[in-house]
Amino acid sequence: MKFFYFPLLRAFLFFLLFTGGAWSHVAYAVTPEILKTLSTGDNSERIAAIDALVSTGDVDALPILQALLDGTLHVAPRGEKVIILDKEVAHNALTKQIIDPVPAGLEKITINNRVRRILDSALAALKLSSSDSQVRLAAAEQLQDQANEDFLPLIETVLKKEQDSDVKIALSLAKAKMQLKNADATLRLEAVRVLAQSSKESTKAALLAMIEKDASGNYQEVDVAVRSEIKRSLAEIDSRLLTAEYIGRVFSGISLGSILLLAALGLAITYGLMGVINMAHGELLMIGAYTTYMVQVLFKSYWPEAFDLYLLVALPAAFIVSALVGMAMERSVIRYLYGRPLETLLATWGISLILIQTVRTIFGAQNVEVVNPAWMSGGFALVSNLVLPYNRIAIIVFSMIVLVLIWVLLNRTRLGLFVRAVTQNRTMADCAGVPTRKVDMWAFGLGSGVAGLGGCALSQIGNVGPDLGQSYIVDSFMVVVLGGVGQIAGTVFAALGLGVVNKFLEPYAGAVLAKIFILVFIIIVIQKRPQGLFALKGRTVEN
Amino acid sequence: MAQYFSNLYGIKGWAALGLFGLLFVIVIPALNLFLPESSALRVPDYALSLIGKIMCYAIVAMAMDLIWGYAGILSLGHGLFFALGGYACGMYLMRMIGTEGQYGSTLPDFMVFLDWKELPWYWQGTDMFWYALLLVVLAPGLLAFIFGYFAFRSRIKGVYFSIITQALTFAFMLLFFRNETGFGGNNGFTDFKRIVGYSLTDPATRAGLFIATAIFLMMALLMCRFIVVSKLGRVLTAIRDAESRLMFCGYNPLHYKLFAWTFSAVLCGIAGALYVPQVGIINPSEMSPANSIEIAIWAAVGGRGTLVGPLLGAGLVNGAKSWFTAAFPEYWLFFLGFIFIIVTLFLPQGVIGLLRRFKKT
Repeated sequence: MKFFYFPLLRAFLFFLLFTGGAWSHVAYAVTPEILKTLSTGDNSERIAAIDALVSTGDVDALPILQALLDGTLHVAPRGEKVIILDKEVAHNALTKQIIDPVPAGLEKITINNRVRRILDSALAALKLSSSDSQVRLAAAEQLQDQANEDFLPLIETVLKKEQDSDVKIALSLAKAKMQLKNADATLRLEAVRVLAQSSKESTKAALLAMIEKDASGNYQEVDVAVRSEIKRSLAEIDSRLLTAEYIGRVFSGISLGSILLLAALGLAITYGLMGVINMAHGELLMIGAYTTYMVQVLFKSYWPEAFDLYLLVALPAAFIVSALVGMAMERSVIRYLYGRPLETLLATWGISLILIQTVRTIFGAQNVEVVNPAWMSGGFALVSNLVLPYNRIAIIVFSMIVLVLIWVLLNRTRLGLFVRAVTQNRTMADCAGVPTRKVDMWAFGLGSGVAGLGGCALSQIGNVGPDLGQSYIVDSFMVVVLGGVGQIAGTVFAALGLGVVNKFLEPYAGAVLAKIFILVFIIIVIQKRPQGLFALKGRTVEN
Repeated sequence: MAQYFSNLYGIKGWAALGLFGLLFVIVIPALNLFLPESSALRVPDYALSLIGKIMCYAIVAMAMDLIWGYAGILSLGHGLFFALGGYACGMYLMRMIGTEGQYGSTLPDFMVFLDWKELPWYWQGTDMFWYALLLVVLAPGLLAFIFGYFAFRSRIKGVYFSIITQALTFAFMLLFFRNETGFGGNNGFTDFKRIVGYSLTDPATRAGLFIATAIFLMMALLMCRFIVVSKLGRVLTAIRDAESRLMFCGYNPLHYKLFAWTFSAVLCGIAGALYVPQVGIINPSEMSPANSIEIAIWAAVGGRGTLVGPLLGAGLVNGAKSWFTAAFPEYWLFFLGFIFIIVTLFLPQGVIGLLRRFKKT
């Protein structure tokens, strides 16, 4: 029964404290009595004490409650002092003074799961008074999930003072969630209406539970009007959740597609130009990723204050290193195999094995860790259950930039003119004075460099290990095969299309089956369009 | 009749084949079975199983040569057919474990582990040896036929075809890695107990499998030889060298390619079926694209378009592999990589071509 009257008492206390506008000046809310209850009382008394602390809204209570949750709150022998013991340093919980040496015979305060749940939401409620709007927003979001009617008055007060519109919305949602169990049907109706704005699964579940029948066939929610309102709100939430889900899938599809694009662009150039499948292309990605790793390590040890800018150096470095490796491959092996595409395929496979083993010998077989710069961590919350990570957005933007650069290079420069000429008709270009072998080398360097850029991008979202390239090679071939030879537009459509289709299939079929479907799909497409979806129209004979 | 045989090989060729048969069908198994452990001449067990394994690889390399060396179609998916034959055989071997598995159930252990109550439909009948043999031929054969029909019909060739076959084996690898597919997930099949009633740990059974592999190797060689010296073989070579011209002459390359392709896949399947009881395990990593590319290099090292060369190549590369991975494991990939480059750059005819060049000078 204690459980019921304490909220009322707390509400009363609360009004006493806050009606005077003494909001931020409530000092000494943490009294020795409350501390004593927290440390030695039984669990119900503790919950009451926690509620009382929350109702004061006193930020001073935060470290104590946190310590209680973390299990670092201790009580001295005979219960005369409550002490926070954090990493061998003891503080007096009340006065915050450091106690040195750590007193002997400290007893840890243990709590059960019920108290732990209350503590969770109590901490969130206290954080509502934080000066950081991000902290307040997170706290309000958490309170929506763990609605505890006891905190209703506190939320109402905070809501009145809140300036930030995002936090305001989150708070009113939390408030509405808490009012769902209110005895007053009009209040419930109001709450359900507000909750239609929510896009949380937990809210949906709470509403669903209300229109379910219990064992005796009665609805949990007695009022008919409220029930129909719940149904309306649920439909609204559902449609919002669905939209968010679709947007999320399209986004992750485009994100996957842009990675595929970075991996396949270089391949499309070299394959279109020389008819050569470069099996070591994946390893050029890997080299780009390892170059990024190296740059990052150098920045960390020699220039840590500019660490966030390491990508500015890593990008050109990855491009140059991969391009050099690619050009070396072309000069030393591939040019001698001109006109023998199948042998080139095998030789480049050999090169890829050597590159993998070289990296393994130098850096070890384990994955290395590439740290994102600070501006890339976190994400942009489109709606509450759909967060678009910044690193993915950065990669999408980056791949678009690379795409534009390549387009300009191929269509607005002399080298690009040569590359296109050789791609279309090598013999004719040769007759017209295009230095085809040199163009081969530069184009190979370009394609490899783009792979290096792709590797640099990959290092920001995934593991960097010697086998990095192997996992992308089949996919990027599929993009090239589907898109058509030497067709930048085809490559773009194929990459983004495959990415999005993959992400849409995944929820129904699982990742593996989705991939298999796509491979089968490509094989079928090749039946109809043997030269890819975007084949060049021409009158040249094969071979 | 004599004409018939001399078409395939000359006197020397038949003599060499006879010598090979004598050595691998009689001498080596006998040296393993009947000599005491202490004897210096005894072929140790591990050598027997290693040679048996390499002979299976040699069959695959020869099948690869038929399709690549003669018809000019580079398959990067032959490991798939090999593995499919192996899985078909493995299903039979799994059923033969009976109730001796870890869980004492009539179902294979991994199904008990997945809490399956009965065999999936595609496992029905796999406890019959003849049906398993049929599957060994049909599973890779049908897949190759269907895939080949569609691929060759739309005239996919060259690197395009290679890449698609690689995607095919990659897709199957992913499929077989799933537990729900019903082939043991990434552990595959292992812990086999017996084959047609004989214990697999018995030296006599192992020698028997060895002999069967050697005999099949010779049969496969003769069959391939029969194909390549026939008119069919010459059409295949024409497809390799000038497909457009052949089409203008009124031939439809589809049938020829499809036959060679499917036959090659079936040979691989049988090789896989011989491989699994000798090695005692089959898992999806056999289908990895890297494995299939290695098959191509066996054929290339030996010499394409020679049939015997790939046998030699498979032996050389795999012998080197087992030596390297024991002695310098970290250098094996360097070595393999350099083989790929050197063979394609400097030895387009492989070891056989090298020997021929020496003979001429």
